[in-house]
Amino acid sequence: MRALRETPRHSATAPATSGGDKVAHPVQTHIFNKISPTGHFLAPCGIYLWQSDPIYGRTPHESPLNPMATPDAKPAPSGLIPVALAILLFVWFAQFAPRIASGEVIRAGFDWAPSLGVSLTFTLDGLSLIMALLITGIGALIHLYARDYMAGHPQFNRFALYLTAFMLAMLGVVTADNLMALFVFWELTTVTSYLLIGFDHDSANSRRSALQGMLVTGAGGLCLLAAFILIGEVAGTYAISQIPDGALKNSLFYTPITILVLLGAFTKSAQFPFHFWLPNAMAAPTPVSAYLHSATMVKAGVYLMARLHGDLGGSGLWIWTLTLAGGFTAVFASVLALRQTDLKTALAYTTLMALGTITLLLAAPVPYALTGAIAFLVVHSLYKAALFLVAGLVDHGTGTRDVTLLSGLGRKMPFTALGATLAALSMAGLPPMIGWIGKEVIYAGGLKTPMPLLVIGAALAANALMVAVAYLFAIRPFWVGKTRAPHAPHEGRWTMWIAPVVMGLTGLGLGIYPHALQQLVDPAVVAIYGGEAKAAGLHIWAGLGMPFYLSLATFTLGALIILAAKPLSGLIAALSRRLPVFDAGWDSFLRGLKAFAAWQTGVIQPGKISLYFAATFSVMVVAIGLPLVLMLDFGPLIRLPDLNPVLMLISILIVAGTGLVLRTRERITAIAGLGTVGIGISLIFILFSAPDVAITQLLVETLVVVLFAVAALRLPQVRDMTPALPRVVALPIALGMGAVVSLVTLAVTATPFDAHLTDWFAAHAYPDGHGLNIVNVILVDFRALDTMGEITVVMVAAASAYALLKGLRRTKGSPE
Amino acid sequence: MSWIVSLPLIIPFATAVLSFLWRRSHLGGLVSVTGAAAQLVAAGVLMASTWQNGYTVGQMGGWDAPFGITLVADLLSAVMVVITAITGLAVAVYALSEIDARREELGYHALFHVLLTGVTGAFLTGDLFNLYVWFEVMLIASFGLLVLGGTKAEIDGGVKYVALNLVSTMLFLMATGLLYGLTGSLNMADLAQSVRASDNQGLVTVIAMMFMVAFGVKAALFPLFFWLPASYHTPAFSVSAVFAGLLTKVGVYALIRAFTLIFVSDVALTHQILLWAAVLTMITGVLGAASQNDFRKILSFHIVSQIGYMVLGLALFTPLALTGAVFYLVHHIIVKANLFLVSGVAHKLAKGTDLSRIGGLYKTAPLLAFLFLIPAFSLAGFPPLSGFWAKYVVVKASFEAGAFVAGAAALVVGALTIFSMTKIWAEAFWKDHPDGQEPRLRDIALRERLLALAPIAGLAALTVVIGLFPAPFLDLASRASAQLLDPQAYIDAVMPGGPS
Repeated sequence: MRALRETPRHSATAPATSGGDKVAHPVQTHIFNKISPTGHFLAPCGIYLWQSDPIYGRTPHESPLNPMATPDAKPAPSGLIPVALAILLFVWFAQFAPRIASGEVIRAGFDWAPSLGVSLTFTLDGLSLIMALLITGIGALIHLYARDYMAGHPQFNRFALYLTAFMLAMLGVVTADNLMALFVFWELTTVTSYLLIGFDHDSANSRRSALQGMLVTGAGGLCLLAAFILIGEVAGTYAISQIPDGALKNSLFYTPITILVLLGAFTKSAQFPFHFWLPNAMAAPTPVSAYLHSATMVKAGVYLMARLHGDLGGSGLWIWTLTLAGGFTAVFASVLALRQTDLKTALAYTTLMALGTITLLLAAPVPYALTGAIAFLVVHSLYKAALFLVAGLVDHGTGTRDVTLLSGLGRKMPFTALGATLAALSMAGLPPMIGWIGKEVIYAGGLKTPMPLLVIGAALAANALMVAVAYLFAIRPFWVGKTRAPHAPHEGRWTMWIAPVVMGLTGLGLGIYPHALQQLVDPAVVAIYGGEAKAAGLHIWAGLGMPFYLSLATFTLGALIILAAKPLSGLIAALSRRLPVFDAGWDSFLRGLKAFAAWQTGVIQPGKISLYFAATFSVMVVAIGLPLVLMLDFGPLIRLPDLNPVLMLISILIVAGTGLVLRTRERITAIAGLGTVGIGISLIFILFSAPDVAITQLLVETLVVVLFAVAALRLPQVRDMTPALPRVVALPIALGMGAVVSLVTLAVTATPFDAHLTDWFAAHAYPDGHGLNIVNVILVDFRALDTMGEITVVMVAAASAYALLKGLRRTKGSPE
Repeated sequence: MSWIVSLPLIIPFATAVLSFLWRRSHLGGLVSVTGAAAQLVAAGVLMASTWQNGYTVGQMGGWDAPFGITLVADLLSAVMVVITAITGLAVAVYALSEIDARREELGYHALFHVLLTGVTGAFLTGDLFNLYVWFEVMLIASFGLLVLGGTKAEIDGGVKYVALNLVSTMLFLMATGLLYGLTGSLNMADLAQSVRASDNQGLVTVIAMMFMVAFGVKAALFPLFFWLPASYHTPAFSVSAVFAGLLTKVGVYALIRAFTLIFVSDVALTHQILLWAAVLTMITGVLGAASQNDFRKILSFHIVSQIGYMVLGLALFTPLALTGAVFYLVHHIIVKANLFLVSGVAHKLAKGTDLSRIGGLYKTAPLLAFLFLIPAFSLAGFPPLSGFWAKYVVVKASFEAGAFVAGAAALVVGALTIFSMTKIWAEAFWKDHPDGQEPRLRDIALRERLLALAPIAGLAALTVVIGLFPAPFLDLASRASAQLLDPQAYIDAVMPGGPS
């Protein structure tokens, strides 16, 4: 909603903004200079405006149609590939229509990860077919449009690639039968839409919007993953078509599964309270918005609810959640749409309204309501895509999308106006458009739901507001008043206006001949509801009845809203300023998350090695000490060792040496202390009749002391003796560590030693190892690999030390 | 048999020696790459043999287990050796584009291959003390690699790394000594038997905890991972790539080995502790990543976070969960090493790793952007890449085992992983370079460019292949998991005649 607040600023500066777009582009600057000396003056302003206006901060390339922006830009031939692909797919899917209409379901697929029950299986039934036709049909037109719209854009090929990938992913979503396959495609739509929303990647706003969309739908996706896994566990299969009837509804996990599925669907379909990402997603280039908002992305959530309707629907949880969320989203969004001045933003809010209405109709297991949902899904896809494309044409043709700056465009942009008008009529639900039939069915279906008042009330309010929005945003700018625009309006190329015109005419055609749509809707309703469902009839004249009167009420209410548009819009603006702003809430959520993460990391990873030691040793004390205390029977273990006076003496020597190390300030003294410890240990070896080990130990100790002493002479004295940790912390850790190790050692030595290795070594050292000294034979033969490893360690240590001394550089760097 | 299992160890060792001798000539690098390639072949042979026979066992010096040292590869070991060799080869090639003559003269290639020797040794050894030796080899070689650059930051990181790891190794040694005192054995198969037979199970659990802490430090489990984020962002990119790929995974491997083969008498306690450690590791790691603003530091914290997923697989201790752990290990090594390599190229092009100071790579270096996107999205768990399957299997296993909190944590952490991967993407790639630079791959000399990008592309292709054709990899992981849950087969393979 931050975007909304920016709107007035934009409206005040819109004429200059388009200039800014041109000037900011390095290639265009010289053109501007040639044309007008004011270019020098305008350039900095333009750059300023371009950078300061987040939602309209499009890259300069985004206005390629503007003849001054890229004078010679020709649409790339590569852009025809996706168009052809989409048309081919459309035809391919369309040929199944008769078979689907006759009740057939087409399946195909192959194993993917059979051990997990994941396969790439696809189903084409009524619901999938209708979605697939919308995706490919509208996709073809949008690809055609985008080719011109993005002409000359240096990243056009990437754009076409993402958009194509997105289209294919959507097709996967609506045709997958295996839930995991569906999830894979679902996530692919998230990823590709991320790349598309953030397409104008130099703009911070685009990046923010892309991230927002990604995180909201991505989090929803993870809920969905959880839900699907649970469904798999409960139903024993991921194949939607094979989930036994009632398996989910009667399961203990019904509630979590439903909540998780709805979280996934609501985030994707931008239902309140997850709606905020969708208006921001308009940061994408207009063809993307047109596609995302109409036939694809947002419809994925709705599709999923429809697809799982039979398995999850019907419960109080399902009905209430969908009714409330859908109804609220529909009304709330259409109210907000009314107060917009930017064409695209207004359309974005009407998308929310449409999704809300469809959700509302998917709540109840009533074939009539489901018919309404499907019919309206088609209606909305057609008019919404058309209107977005119109917005793009208007933007290019006039330099602004602010409706307050536009009027009477019809004469200059006749084809755009035609497309806009047809779409607007359908949106308003006027006969003979398909929108009229859609509205009638919504009312007819709504009346049959368990909560007719609620559903009809919400639908009526939303539809009336749609009438107003259709007039204000798609009729008035074209047909009312003198021609007015920031610069002389002109029509776009035919490859661009053809798309909205075709969509509009399709809406008209289906309205006049609804039987064609009926053929598709019937099997779709069967697919959602189950075998015995009977879809509502689609008729241009369904007779005088409640739906008809409701339609009349809608138009009357709509007309009233149009008349009161100005004061209403002011009122809504004033109201919405008081409401919590979700978009700002998102920002503070992210800020909070980052702050928490930073705090946590500061605590865990403060960069001080003394703290790391303290933590590591504390963990040792606790992790080893607790089971020690809990599990060991200390009684028989702790016998004091035999009080051999010599051993006692040596022990005292060792302890004294340790104390010396701890207390001294002199390195030399410390080393001497360590040496004492070492000598004490070698004495113990001698006592236990291992003179060879003792000699080795003695040699090592001597060498270490000598080498250390030599090194220490050249080092400065240790001055700072303040301990890194306060004693109160360090002491218990140290004592604990000592106690734990001593106790474990005592416990182990109290158990009888199993000498099967020692005995074997003794027996085989001479006859097989040909050595008289067992230790030697162990070192160089029985366990020679160890010795080789240790020698390597010593060698590498030497090499590292050499490298360290030789390589030490006086460079600045940032330690942790 | 003996040769098949020891060659993957001998080759890097020999390579280390040769490249040390030739460290002053350009032959050193050539030797390094050739040796790495040879190791990959040897690893492949080992894999084939193990796939066929279940276990490949070699008694070193001809002294039968449990008296000598046994090298033994089950499928987990074989997989790890193969993946080590792949990483080794990729990084060896990449290093030729990065490591300067100064570092080469100080013995970079030799240290690198000693490190590979240590890692391979750790995966192959069937002897607990020998494992300790390989840990030491790894530790000292990695210390050498860390401080080779000689900058203050590197030495600071190196000291923290070595000090904390020494504590772990010390504890490991102590625990090994105590376990020897308790059972009189060091051979893991022999230990597995005598630990099971021990009538002092309380003491066994205490010693098991010592191993858990010691390996936990190595694996960078919460709350023992301090050394990792302190050091991984400082050295040369080749070095941090091989560290990121392999080092912590040796810790995870050791945990898996110890807590499936030896310490399985009190699963209710030990594996429950592992479970909570895993969950906390996932969460703290990913939050750490969210708080960072440096390419490599973000990646480093993600290592921690993902260690959690693998250990979670171990902790759940079901066939599917262990399958997930093994799959995750393999996926993670490929992807993580690759991301560090990409960060190296990004550093070279955009002159830094601080995300606020770089940018513009998407516009002018789209190939690199593409090569980043694949491992990054794989790491974030997006399908159809390897990371998706890894995450999916672990979460599924959690739910099946009734560990809903752990499964939910894994999913939430997944969302946060997306957050920090997109942060890198938006800052380093999408955003314009703050100094207006237009970093292009062409600015790097052709030879260097190829040497840097070929391994990146190769590893990226691998994650795509695993993602698109997961079935054989899942089969492998699930066979490995089945072996892990059948210690008796391991014991029989190592000591066919039974204990003497």
